[in-house]
Amino acid sequence: MEEELQPEYGPKWSDQRVERMLGTLVVFIVGLLLALIVVVVINGWPSFAHNGLSWFGPGGNVDDQLSAISQSAETGAGYIYTFHAWPLIWSTILICGGAVVLGLVTALFISVFLTEFAPAWMSNLLRPVVRFLASVPSVIYGLLGVLVLVPFIGNHLITEHQKASVAGIISLTGYSLIAAVIVLTIMIAPLMVSIFTDALSSVKPGWLEGSLALGVNRWRTIWKIGVRAARPAIVAGTVLALARAIGESVMLAMISGSTAFAPNPADGLIFIYEPSRPLAPTIVKSVDQLSSPPAKATLFAIATFLLFSGAMFSLAGALTRRAMNKYGAA
Amino acid sequence: MESLAPDTAPSAPPPIRRLDPQDPTPAQEAVPTTATSFVAAKRSIAAPQFSIRRMEVDRVSIHYGAKAAVKGVSLPIRQGEVLALIGPSGCGKTTLLRSLNRLTELTAAARLSGSIRLDDVDIRLIEPTLLRRRVTMVFQQPNPFPMSVFDNIAYVLREQGSRRVRKKALEPQVHSALARAGLFEEVKDNLKHPALKLSGGQQQRLCIARALAAEPEVLLLDEPCSALDPQSTAVIEDLIVRLRDDVAVVIVTHNLQQAYRIADHVAFMYLGDLVEYNSATRLFNSPTQQRTAEYVSGAFG
Amino acid sequence: MESSVVTPPPPAPPESKVPTKAVEGSATWSLVDRLGLAFCWFLGLLFCAIAAAIVIYLLIQGIKFLKLSELTTPAAAGFTEGESGGFSDAFVGTLILGVMGISMALPIGVAIAVWLVEYGRPRALARITEMTIEAIAGIPSIVLALFGTVIFTSTALGFLSRSNEGVVFGRSFFAASSMLALEALPLVVASTREGLNAIPRHVREASYAVGKTKAATTRRILLPTARPQIATGGMLGLGRIIGDTAIIVVLLGATQNFSPVEGAPFPLDYLRGAGTSLTNFVYEASPTGNLNQPQKAYAAAFVLLLMVLALNAATDLVHRRARKVGTWSH
Repeated sequence: MEEELQPEYGPKWSDQRVERMLGTLVVFIVGLLLALIVVVVINGWPSFAHNGLSWFGPGGNVDDQLSAISQSAETGAGYIYTFHAWPLIWSTILICGGAVVLGLVTALFISVFLTEFAPAWMSNLLRPVVRFLASVPSVIYGLLGVLVLVPFIGNHLITEHQKASVAGIISLTGYSLIAAVIVLTIMIAPLMVSIFTDALSSVKPGWLEGSLALGVNRWRTIWKIGVRAARPAIVAGTVLALARAIGESVMLAMISGSTAFAPNPADGLIFIYEPSRPLAPTIVKSVDQLSSPPAKATLFAIATFLLFSGAMFSLAGALTRRAMNKYGAA
Repeated sequence: MESLAPDTAPSAPPPIRRLDPQDPTPAQEAVPTTATSFVAAKRSIAAPQFSIRRMEVDRVSIHYGAKAAVKGVSLPIRQGEVLALIGPSGCGKTTLLRSLNRLTELTAAARLSGSIRLDDVDIRLIEPTLLRRRVTMVFQQPNPFPMSVFDNIAYVLREQGSRRVRKKALEPQVHSALARAGLFEEVKDNLKHPALKLSGGQQQRLCIARALAAEPEVLLLDEPCSALDPQSTAVIEDLIVRLRDDVAVVIVTHNLQQAYRIADHVAFMYLGDLVEYNSATRLFNSPTQQRTAEYVSGAFG
Repeated sequence: MESSVVTPPPPAPPESKVPTKAVEGSATWSLVDRLGLAFCWFLGLLFCAIAAAIVIYLLIQGIKFLKLSELTTPAAAGFTEGESGGFSDAFVGTLILGVMGISMALPIGVAIAVWLVEYGRPRALARITEMTIEAIAGIPSIVLALFGTVIFTSTALGFLSRSNEGVVFGRSFFAASSMLALEALPLVVASTREGLNAIPRHVREASYAVGKTKAATTRRILLPTARPQIATGGMLGLGRIIGDTAIIVVLLGATQNFSPVEGAPFPLDYLRGAGTSLTNFVYEASPTGNLNQPQKAYAAAFVLLLMVLALNAATDLVHRRARKVGTWSH
């Protein structure tokens, strides 16, 4: 190795060499992400190509469509791709939207409490609790949901009258929207709390002090100045939580109910007891069918949808943060 | 509070006169060598037209743990005049200032003995938020909130009441607060402008406007010009002198010339002790205490 | 005009009998503000209660159902809880995945963080890398799993799993743990970056000033200094790895037993074969899974929870140790 003259240690750990090695690794990781996007989109493309925009729309029973798709590989009569994902998308919107809204409110109050009002003993207790809740594996949440929350809802919250009223359409057993939203909220709120508390405690002390010195009480000061100044981080944390919620598959596969049913808020309050199945759990439930090419295309199309909606939310979050920076709160 | 207003209501604010129109802002670093060669121009030559006792600092000591930051200080704070607290760093003047609206309670476990009275009521009996509205404070570093100029002022008015006030209803108060701080003409066309995009001097005047919007009886200023350039400093000094008729002004400053220019009374503190309290002219020109003489002649620097 | 000289303070300052509240209380707030604070307390206590409920409930179920023999007996085919054996393969599988996953994620993550903080040129590549890491953090694990099914069934990577007449099975410890490592990567990178960024510039300059190269400075000064944060990142990543289910269901778990590839030398035969993990076992043993043996699911979930708790405790310990060491003034 004499082509490069190294002043000090020789070529083995020279800066240029290390930089090149690390750079290669970085390029590899970037390439891996690109490969992932390309692979997922290409594999999902046939499903989009056959359905066009109606992929996203309603029409028919999704579960029937899925089984027709996976069986079409064996019949030899040509692949079937017909798939209308709206009930799954709608379920994703309801469950993730509900959990993120609930989680946002919960996390804001808890973070304000932690940074400003909780006495020392309480914050010494609450901080590890939040960290613990964030680290419990989703399958444990799912198990407790299935064995504790779902039976409770099914046996105590849903009345016989309610069960009878929809008997012909769907059976209400406790696997429900509300169970999914509750457990998902418990899963994502701690994530938001940790981001929000970081942001709130790094708000410029001068702003808070300035407000207190004008006779505004501590509660309003932290909400009107602290939370306001932390808004960009709050948006970032919410987007992250939303991404986590959309991607949550196993827990939701366990407790949201296994039918691709679209709960309809127009039915009245009963819709929160109705089962449904979001997009990500659908992949888990159907992953055995991967060997059937049309089923594989459909599942990858769902994955593509998840990837791109995640990207869209990140983009929207970044734009919102930029708009909020107008007044200089960074 | 209206009953406490002076019988002889102040007419127009006293004219601001500068002795040296050529050089309105003497270099801040020029420290005179002797007390008698003190060259700074006095802004308020006319003695205050009236003065009423607003606050009374009575044998106040403040301890942080075992360390005494302020030792038995007694001072009157009067509306109609500017009181400057001077002294080297760490002499307790800022601690004293912050204790006047109980802001010390927020940061550390400070113990206060003696009493501070606002209109003859011990401030510890006044609910802190109410007290802080009557005794507002402006900080060393301009700290406008990350919102528009309008909202910065409106914030104080909105968060005082429990009811939500509409924007239109707040406009007169916001405008008058800005006008009192001499900022209205500069910002009237873009009240929606982000406050943090203003210049440093404008930001500090906005902070003063914000403090005035609460209609306080006492205005505390903690080295309000130390982060500003000479021009902005001059503008704010003018403003402070003009404000003294409506509110009692207490200013902490490191800048001796500034204290001389704008203060009516000056208190010199050293290591927590109040060494000398006197009218500005006397304290600077014929100090009675050895340490004061040394400090104003630059010995303490 | 009155002016007086203040002589030294009077000898006896009055003993103040005025009752003072150390910090502004909420007594004078408006009703809405006080209700808000009450809501804070409610949510804080609710979080503590939920965490306590999870731990206590699983503790009770664990003590009731966990037999130590289950940790040493592999799963067996059987229809009742008595016949189906234990979950030793799942337990060992989790350990294997943790070790393999973190031993990939840690070095790669640290290397990327070092490149980002210490080299980071060209700027555009650094920006892209940051975005890549963020994007990977936002990719649902089920999408990573699907991506894994494509790359690990390719013939080029066939040596990493079982293959039969040119058809690559694609499920193996290699496949699962590399995707799990990818999932843990952003946590390691973020934590390590934080640690490196916290080291003031003058420390690096002091090392350069005595003639050390950037590479040597990084290896001898920066990385040892950032060790607590690297350890934290590693443990967060480890928690993510042992807690993940979707990737394992798709890329590893075919049965609840190891299925080593015949003819390969130990331990490659096991690592190339399919297997299972605790999360996979809990998922399958839950009422929504294929085994449906809730007692075993509780027992396995309890073991999993203990591992998570131990990991949390270890993270805390690292934090506390790191705080004791002290740091530079900036």
